[in-house]
Amino acid sequence: MGKKVKAIVLTGNGVNCEMEMAHACRLAGADTVDIVYTGELLAGGKKLDDYHFLNLPGGFLDGDDLGSAKAGANRFLHGRVREKEERLFDQLLRFIGEGKLVLGVCNGCQLMVKLGLLPAFDGNYGRQEATLTVNDSGRFEDRWVYLRVNPRSPCVFTRGVDRLYLPVRHGEGKFVPMDEAVLDRLEKNGHIVVQYSDRNCREAVMDYPANPNGAIRAIAGICDETGRLFGLMPHPEAFLHYTNHPRWTREALPEEGMGLALFRNAVEFIRGKNG
Amino acid sequence: METEKGKIMVHRIEVGFREGVRDAIGEKTRDRIADNLGIPVVSVRTAEVYTVEGDLSPADLDAAARGPLSDPIIQEFSFDRPLSSDCDWIIEVGFRPGVTDNVGRTAGEALALLYGTPRRKDLRVYTSRKYMLGGSLTRSDAEKIASGILANDLIQRYEIREGRSRDPREGESPYVPKVHIQDDPSVEVIDLDVSDEVLQNISATRVLALTVEEMRGIRGYLKDPAVREERRKAGLGPGITDVELECLAQTWSEHCKHKIFNSLITYEDEKGNREVIDSLFKTCIKGATREIREAMGEKDWCLSVFVDNAGVIRFNDRFNLVFKVETHNSPSALDPYGGALTGIVGVNRDPFGTGKGAKLIFNTDVFCFASPYYDRPLPPRILHPRRIYEGVREGVEHGGNKSGIPTVNGSIVFDDRFLGKPLVYCGTGGIMPARILGEPSHFKEIRPGDLVVMTGGRIGKDGIHGATFSSEELHEDSPVTAVQIGDPITQKKMTDFLLLARDRGLYRAITDNGAGGLSSSVGEMATLSGGCEMDLKKAPLKYPGLKPWEILISEAQERMSLAVPPERIDAFLELAREMDVEATVLGRFTASGKFHVLYGEKTVACIDMEFLHGGVPQMRLEAKWIPPSLEEGEFPEPEDLGAALKTILARLNVCSKESVVRQYDHEVQGGSVLKPLVGARNDGPGDAAVIRPLLDSMEGVVVAHGICPRYGDIDTYHMAAAAIDEAVRNAVSVGGSLDHLAGLDNFCWCDPVESEKTPDGRYKLAQLVRANRALYDYTRILGVPCISGKDSMKNDYIIGDTKISIPPTLLFSVIGRIADVRTAVTMDAKKDGDLVYAVGITKPELGGSEWYACHGIVGKSVPVVDGPRAKALYDALSGAIRAGCVASCHDCSDGGLAVALAETAFAGDLGVEVDLARVPAEGIDREDFLLFSESQSRFVVTVSPARREDFEKAMKGHVFASIGVVTADRKFRVRGVGGKMRIEEGIDDLRKAWQEPLAF
Repeated sequence: MGKKVKAIVLTGNGVNCEMEMAHACRLAGADTVDIVYTGELLAGGKKLDDYHFLNLPGGFLDGDDLGSAKAGANRFLHGRVREKEERLFDQLLRFIGEGKLVLGVCNGCQLMVKLGLLPAFDGNYGRQEATLTVNDSGRFEDRWVYLRVNPRSPCVFTRGVDRLYLPVRHGEGKFVPMDEAVLDRLEKNGHIVVQYSDRNCREAVMDYPANPNGAIRAIAGICDETGRLFGLMPHPEAFLHYTNHPRWTREALPEEGMGLALFRNAVEFIRGKNG
Repeated sequence: METEKGKIMVHRIEVGFREGVRDAIGEKTRDRIADNLGIPVVSVRTAEVYTVEGDLSPADLDAAARGPLSDPIIQEFSFDRPLSSDCDWIIEVGFRPGVTDNVGRTAGEALALLYGTPRRKDLRVYTSRKYMLGGSLTRSDAEKIASGILANDLIQRYEIREGRSRDPREGESPYVPKVHIQDDPSVEVIDLDVSDEVLQNISATRVLALTVEEMRGIRGYLKDPAVREERRKAGLGPGITDVELECLAQTWSEHCKHKIFNSLITYEDEKGNREVIDSLFKTCIKGATREIREAMGEKDWCLSVFVDNAGVIRFNDRFNLVFKVETHNSPSALDPYGGALTGIVGVNRDPFGTGKGAKLIFNTDVFCFASPYYDRPLPPRILHPRRIYEGVREGVEHGGNKSGIPTVNGSIVFDDRFLGKPLVYCGTGGIMPARILGEPSHFKEIRPGDLVVMTGGRIGKDGIHGATFSSEELHEDSPVTAVQIGDPITQKKMTDFLLLARDRGLYRAITDNGAGGLSSSVGEMATLSGGCEMDLKKAPLKYPGLKPWEILISEAQERMSLAVPPERIDAFLELAREMDVEATVLGRFTASGKFHVLYGEKTVACIDMEFLHGGVPQMRLEAKWIPPSLEEGEFPEPEDLGAALKTILARLNVCSKESVVRQYDHEVQGGSVLKPLVGARNDGPGDAAVIRPLLDSMEGVVVAHGICPRYGDIDTYHMAAAAIDEAVRNAVSVGGSLDHLAGLDNFCWCDPVESEKTPDGRYKLAQLVRANRALYDYTRILGVPCISGKDSMKNDYIIGDTKISIPPTLLFSVIGRIADVRTAVTMDAKKDGDLVYAVGITKPELGGSEWYACHGIVGKSVPVVDGPRAKALYDALSGAIRAGCVASCHDCSDGGLAVALAETAFAGDLGVEVDLARVPAEGIDREDFLLFSESQSRFVVTVSPARREDFEKAMKGHVFASIGVVTADRKFRVRGVGGKMRIEEGIDDLRKAWQEPLAF
């Protein structure tokens, strides 16, 4: 029996998937799951240090008014705990430094990429190497997509997972790397965890709507070098039960939704590591 | 370049995409210009402009631009000089002073955080967007693009500059849309001891929407010696203050008081029989609900009906459901985006402000527009329907998606009479624990001494006279201040905070600030304690210069009013600070019997609560029903019924709305069970939504609606009956049942009060009476109690000689409980070999149908709902679905049986072969009528052969017949009554016809 697993689901300022994200953590077996407002972290009443697994859910941080998650990233970088002590970002870096897990979904993924937590080459957390920008269609869309999972990726969350079918719900999900060199390195070192794909989850695709946003190399999610930080645009917490599947009334499906595996892997990893 | 403006420095930061980076917003704009205006623009690039007021160094500006305002991977920036751009024209669009600028507010907050607390003060950010157009365009083209697509003159201003031949500094001196008003907290006293004509004038010039009779009522009240004495004590003279008059106008507005629904109506039918109806609302709507609840007895699951901001029903022992639907028509006509956005975030606050407050779990939206392909000249002040469509769609997208509430159900109805005013219905459902800290959650209580607290956004001039403005037709002088832009994030932060406060017991009662602002919210809450006393000077303002009456009635958004016990106020305010939400104590509730308002020390209003809420004189109106003289249609039956089917599938009222639906997040919160798009390719038209609001439970909520204004051209009685039936059968189609289904009525009417402007008022009022009669009759027969509703009675447009009135429209929405969501079904055919059933009887009822409309005919054979038969059928079908006998179920509505069959086939990506001779029908002698009749209470059901017996047993005694089979060959085949194959089409062709019309 391993150590107790404590998950934190960060919310507030426009985050809106905290409930289902917390539900996923509970279903996956986390012993403690707290939904915590960023305001509580800034007020000092809660600390990231007390947890093992940080969930950054989807939503619209500050309305995505300055570009997705931009104002949210600014709050991490410049918001200080109790207005004077450390920056929230310092707390986050300490959390990462202790080998803990971070999962960012949709707006959470945008936040991680724009804070430079992903891909964070050479462990250089805080340097932005890529971005997520307006979908090629110019519009927000809610649609389900097939994902090819990279078996070579060090990602902790996708161990043993070879395919995913999940909804995307975003207007700014097009992954764009800084340059070719970044792209090559992402590819070479297995940072690319999930890609939009054909129905068989084998081939990455660039065609709309299978690739819903025109993401470069069909990238839907990336991890850092350790595989402990993972951000993806599709929503695993939106498919926890078979009745979430858009065709559950016509297909035979297992009880458990495909998204849950990612959370189980996270909880098992923490338990194993700390056991 | 630094510009001096007063003492405050103004800077501009521009952020644009780097060369070679795709600008999808620019491309979309280019396509819209080409599509909507036919102007061939070669390229459009965009840049965001932040106009920053504050004492900032170049290093500060660089940090802002490099940090929160731009993305280093794809963007570049400049400050205090324009970004270089290679284009022919530049159009810059920004807001007018005082218009909500959400991006500007967020940028201001981000910069304040970046620079640190001491420098927050005086920092203001205003945003605008630059469109850089390439192509050989004239200035007049650019002008058309600016006014026709990019800017709404009412709330925005634009500048057009030449792209190439200009001095780079020209026109770049920062414009700051700051509100400059002198602080003037003056109160005017108005003399009402004047002629009727002058009274009328006072009402009109102040946009009070009060009638002469009502003005006289107020004058009479002020003459009462007892009232005068009380006023003297409070420091007021015998004349009414502008604060009081405005407050009365809001409280007594049609919008707030529903004067027409509460009027005394003399109704005369076609035979000359006269009868007097004392309030349609009390007799038909509340009356029906009371009778239904009595009949339910102990099982009554209604908890709070017609008394709060939204209706409340039981979900299970632990939780209650809350639902409300509102309209936001007039603002959406003027500013479709802002109007619709405010509509959705506004209705969010209704369930949120019901009882002790509900968590919001779904949104619904129903729009009525003129055709987006409308090609005749537009009357003044009317925006093109395409622009209204796009603007409203986007407003609801931002309002719903950014609030994290799934938009689960809706529809779009097209009729060119919606040109003058579109209808924008927005609904929101919520859930709350049945008890909170031991107390029932659906009651409101306020004790004298509790504090009046306002939370959320600040008060500005935006939204002044919204309530009275929507109580009038749209006219030349309709006030622009009535238009607001909602801010979903400020509201989300507030609701996050208030749900925590609720669960910690930090307040006693809550209500929303909507129409009428503080005058309505505090005015209504004060009835629970018996009075209030509040100081408007304490209210937080967006900018100085508001007069007391403006503060009282402003409808500035994102605000809730609360009653907080004095012993909890510190904890309440502390939590608000932590959650970064503004909360202000404005006064206290009393038992004085007075609505007492101060500005600082000075009393500016003191009205008896009883007069404020009960003083409005009842209107007396005349209604006369003369059935319209209509002819049945005459046209030959077409030879090619396949082509006819494709024509109907492509009708705007029938065709796919996928492009709109996809842009709404319909599954946030994780409980999505039946989505709006279903079937083999996730593109079939689902009949109703099912969600699971409690993620650890299999209990579900079903949400559906019915709306069919075209039948009202024949008889609004049958229109209302059909709307109710449609809502119910949509819910039944997916597995809902009449055991636990509640309704909401939303009436949108054209002015039914006879006057010079409305000579046919008596007919329109008779239409209203008849619709209400149907509501009374059918909700009782079906056992679906209305729990809440709303009316909007002045949906006319009058400018010059042009009058456009909407067709009378009733939206009937339903909410119900499904015990186990795993029994729900969808409308798509599931498997080849499954049997196809027609359930319900088809009659020659084509009056108001899509098929008649294709031939330019209204007709007179309006569909008539057989209530008792429908009720029995629905109970049987619900049982069959619950028992798992049904593979698919789809309701027959617009376009009749043929459309339902075709949709069942192509949504399942399967073929269907049916035989018209086997369809249960009565009195029909034409195959096109059999296919396209819109008889109510019908379904297309498919059943696996293995469940055939079970299904037929469950349906025994009801009208149904097996009419064919699901096939694997993806062909849609209909054999005629005579045995001849009448339709044979590939399902891909049918789907294509159905998907193309609104795929923009």
